[in-house]
Amino acid sequence: MRFVDEYRDAGKARALAASIAALCEPGRSYTFMEVCGGHTHTIYKHGLEDYLPECVTLVHGPGCPVCVIPMGRVDDAIHLASRPEVIMTSFGDMMRVPGGRGSFLDAKAAGADIRMVYSPLDALRIAEREPGRQVVFMGIGFETTAPSTAMTVLRAEAAGIRNFSVFCNHVTILPAIKAILDSPDLRLDGFIGPGHVSTVIGCEPYRFIARDYGRPLVVAGFEPLDLLQSIHMLLVQLAEGRADVENQYGRVVPWHGNAKALDVIGATMEPRPYFEWRGLGFISHSALRLRDAYAGFDAERVFDVPGGRVADPKACQCGEVLKGVLKPWECKVFGTACTPETPIGTCMVSSEGACAAYYNFGRFTRERVREATR
Amino acid sequence: MNLREEQVLERIDRARARKPRVREEHITLAHGAGGKATRTLIEAVFLEEFANPLLDPLDDAARFTVNGGDLAFTTDSSVVAPLFFPGGDIGDLAVNGTVNDLAVSGATPLHLTAGFILEEGFPVADLRRVTASMRRAAEAAGVDIVAGDTKVVQRGKADGCYINTAGVGLVHAPPSGDLRPGDAVLVTGPIGEHGVTIMLARGELDLHADLASDTAPLNSLLADLRDACPGAIRKMRDATRGGVATVLNEMASGAGLAVVVDEDAVPVRPAVRGACELLGIDPLYVACEGRAVVVLAPDAVDAALAALRSHPLGADAAVIGRVREDPPGLVLLRTSFGGTRVVDLLVGDPLPRIC
Repeated sequence: MRFVDEYRDAGKARALAASIAALCEPGRSYTFMEVCGGHTHTIYKHGLEDYLPECVTLVHGPGCPVCVIPMGRVDDAIHLASRPEVIMTSFGDMMRVPGGRGSFLDAKAAGADIRMVYSPLDALRIAEREPGRQVVFMGIGFETTAPSTAMTVLRAEAAGIRNFSVFCNHVTILPAIKAILDSPDLRLDGFIGPGHVSTVIGCEPYRFIARDYGRPLVVAGFEPLDLLQSIHMLLVQLAEGRADVENQYGRVVPWHGNAKALDVIGATMEPRPYFEWRGLGFISHSALRLRDAYAGFDAERVFDVPGGRVADPKACQCGEVLKGVLKPWECKVFGTACTPETPIGTCMVSSEGACAAYYNFGRFTRERVREATR
Repeated sequence: MNLREEQVLERIDRARARKPRVREEHITLAHGAGGKATRTLIEAVFLEEFANPLLDPLDDAARFTVNGGDLAFTTDSSVVAPLFFPGGDIGDLAVNGTVNDLAVSGATPLHLTAGFILEEGFPVADLRRVTASMRRAAEAAGVDIVAGDTKVVQRGKADGCYINTAGVGLVHAPPSGDLRPGDAVLVTGPIGEHGVTIMLARGELDLHADLASDTAPLNSLLADLRDACPGAIRKMRDATRGGVATVLNEMASGAGLAVVVDEDAVPVRPAVRGACELLGIDPLYVACEGRAVVVLAPDAVDAALAALRSHPLGADAAVIGRVREDPPGLVLLRTSFGGTRVVDLLVGDPLPRIC
């Protein structure tokens, strides 16, 4: 397949792996966080860690948007979906994410009208087709998906569609990275920057990570060779004693981002004073809500939303896993009480979450798998 | 690999071996997707009440002897939307589903029954299309539909038309059932075409591809295979819901052995691969309706491939992997990229990823 296979070439991977190994100083270990859940998925799907030396550890960061939605927000969304006039629409990723009292799939089974869509525009089309119902779109995701939600709100306004609203859970990546950097038990040597988010925000906003925290960041693409090359670039920076922001994904990510997409977000949305992240707690200015001018499209203002808060379960150590302090398997409930079928914490929720990825794909030690597949 | 990680992994294995419990208060779509949730439902609800030696192996068909004749007996229900799609419709799916369950059990299908649940308002013309397609599928498979049942439910209580079929077949040379390390794992053709065709036919994706369902009766293909390598076939399954990955997991955990699959060797048509890439779905989990997974003795591979490839339904048959001793109960994938990973059962349907 063109534009895919050339980024999955095993020969090139072996060559990169060799120069990655050569860059590692003996006796030193390196811990890098891939911020984005899409990267976590790529790492496990392709078995990328087999190419890394033992001294390089990847920590799976908070960039899985469904994983970080707190349980209270899921409960609120289900509360909305359970109103007889409401059709809740959502991306497939969200369907299995549990709140305090079950997931969208459970609510659907109990009678709520919840439909899977592939774009917010699909939700708007449902609203046009069913004028007697209230269609709510569950807006989730980082700066990657926020522009499409924003565009849909603008389009709904232009078309005068009044039975459409957004339950806005869009989050922004920088405050989350900053929260991780500010954590006293931080053990990261560098970041693999989120490729999709960066197509919107560009590379410039990551400067503070290099400047104020002395950590390198390389914005990376989503094919396995992209990731290997990014790790290589991080190691080169460390070997040279540098901490810079670099762009490995130049074929897609413009250095200054996408001004149009940022304008659309800015026109319709504003930062919330604070927002709760599952596993990380409250982070200020880390999420978006619709501006007052678009209050009529804001499900939180159109409907009465309880705004309940459900504390993360005590046994859950997702926060430590997200910060790289614990490996997934080091969590007390990993794989026993907390599994992909019955997730307790954020990291086990989506296949992009660190624990779910480890449980589904990596549960076997590299040595045993290598032995078996030799 | 350190000792603590090993201990944690052992603890997980023990947790996974525990008797499954249905925690949900309601049936969800995941219970019908063929993955872990389906398995849990079957074991915790159905087996709980129905357990018996013929059912307990949870094979595609029950095998038993009546008056000296070895019979296979099975049933299958079809609830597909849309009812008509490129390459087939609910009618031939319903016939082929039962025919294939019998065929992979090593039986020659003989007679089928058909039960219809029809929704008030369903066009008779559509019903005629469905029944004509069932007749053609039955002819192709060499079976008759010898008994039936019809129920009509109120508008809104069903999605047009549901069909259940049951079938009985005569067992000739059943697969031996015991996987052994070193055995070869084959698929009889490219995977995932049915599932992707249905996803695209629903029209929700604005994706178009030149694809058709792979729905087909497998009995003549598998009879050729049986004749080509007598006694060498260990196990056969048709890779329907949950796809090849689910079948392999059930085989691996049933045998307490590992299956190692070579991603490069798995036949996937470019249109299926492309659609799966776009949707973030792994073709290994996508349903087929005319493909079987066959495990056989390693020395029979050449004869088996020759027999399969000389049949129109097996032209792209391929060896995709091997049975290994360790790690027991797991399916591993050697990725095209050169890495390795575990291929586990999914909880429910593969859901498209957006993020």
